[in-house]
Amino acid sequence: MGVGDPLGMHAAHAVISGMGGIRTAGDLVARLQLNRGMRIEAAKNYVADKLGVSAADLADTVLMNEIREDLDIGRVNETPAVAKGIDAKFRIAELLDLEINCVNMFKDRVGISSYKSFN
Amino acid sequence: MEKIVTRMGDGSRIEMSAAEIQQELEAGAVDAAERAGVPPLTDDEIKYLLDLYRCKDRVVGVEQGKECCLTYDNMTSKIERAHIPVSKIQQLLLFERALGADTLELTHIDYSFKQCKHVVQYEKPNMEQAVLQTIAPIFYGSMPNLGLYSVPDGPVVNPADLLPMGKIDEAQQAYEQMAEYAIKDMVYVGSELYEKAGADGINFDTTAASGDAEFYAALKAVEILHDKYPAMGIEMGMSGEFILGMHAEIEYDGVRLAGLYPHDQLKLAQKAGVTIFGPAINIATNESLPWNLARSIVFTKACSEASEIPVHANLGMGVGGVPLTLTPPLDALSRASKAHVELCRLDGL
Repeated sequence: MGVGDPLGMHAAHAVISGMGGIRTAGDLVARLQLNRGMRIEAAKNYVADKLGVSAADLADTVLMNEIREDLDIGRVNETPAVAKGIDAKFRIAELLDLEINCVNMFKDRVGISSYKSFN
Repeated sequence: MEKIVTRMGDGSRIEMSAAEIQQELEAGAVDAAERAGVPPLTDDEIKYLLDLYRCKDRVVGVEQGKECCLTYDNMTSKIERAHIPVSKIQQLLLFERALGADTLELTHIDYSFKQCKHVVQYEKPNMEQAVLQTIAPIFYGSMPNLGLYSVPDGPVVNPADLLPMGKIDEAQQAYEQMAEYAIKDMVYVGSELYEKAGADGINFDTTAASGDAEFYAALKAVEILHDKYPAMGIEMGMSGEFILGMHAEIEYDGVRLAGLYPHDQLKLAQKAGVTIFGPAINIATNESLPWNLARSIVFTKACSEASEIPVHANLGMGVGGVPLTLTPPLDALSRASKAHVELCRLDGL
């Protein structure tokens, strides 16, 4: 989607049709589309199954905010001492059983061969 | 008689009767169906669209449960274009944390792979830092932009100079040479940003703007990148509904590329290794929005139905039933957004 009118184009599409990004589970569903080529229904069902909710819950900001807080996978309103940025993506990779490129690179850089070995 | 306010493809407001809107919807749908050889809209779909225009609400939205994922093109230029002086990483954070973006995209202001190649050493640190700070999946995006590889912008003889002289073979060879240069640049930039900087994927945007040879170059680059990095996310957004036959005979996987419509473009993209495909249906500014919207939905629906991978239709300025204007009106944008997602069962925009 184009033009340099963030309200008229990007905010509008997000309100009208978007999942909501990290306000909900939009980023998680998008990961399945992007890296596994899964269509929306399959991607939503996959994420819902991993989160233990229904697919209809995934775009609910109230519920997903609580779930994201419980799972510590990053939220819009971050508080101190919670996962944010790359920390959240480490958790998302574990949660979704998904390889995340920058997480793997981070592990290589700091010499972690397996994140799970830390648990 | 009931008068309904709608717009032309350039965004200017017009009034039409319900009967006139229905005629426009049917005519737009038939235009697309005849061109692409796909089914037009059903009576129920025409009624759905007519009801959408009869609705007097300023903004409409998809039904709960039908929300889809958003991907972007040239994300880190959008806020810059509004002359808000913030860095690219700050723009990504704004999109993620303030604008509800499901995905992010780091880009160079000169949104072409050839130009990105020159600054790739500066783009990689940006990506490295962006992936540390953000949560949503992040693309590096750019356009194949084959035109940059011919004189006066590039090394190859300009086919547009050769064609008027009747030098058809030479023009075709020039396109093929331009494609080889472009493939190298796309693979180089894509590899650097993915392998060395941590991008989740690469976005090939406005693909085939220079026609069939550009589509070929992008497909080959995707194929190479997919072979090198099977887990890489690859989005291919198109530039228009029809592949222009500038070369006219170039093929990919035994299929002639000139003249392909979205449902056939998709099949080749899917085969090459694309994981998200974005059909783009151009607006005719001198036609009404109902005509344009119905036409776009016919092309896009056929593409979505043929697809095994997610389809994110292009609904930016001047494509997908969105008027060609710098400040898209919400009444028009929201109807285009809702109708495409619901009628085409889209995975995203």
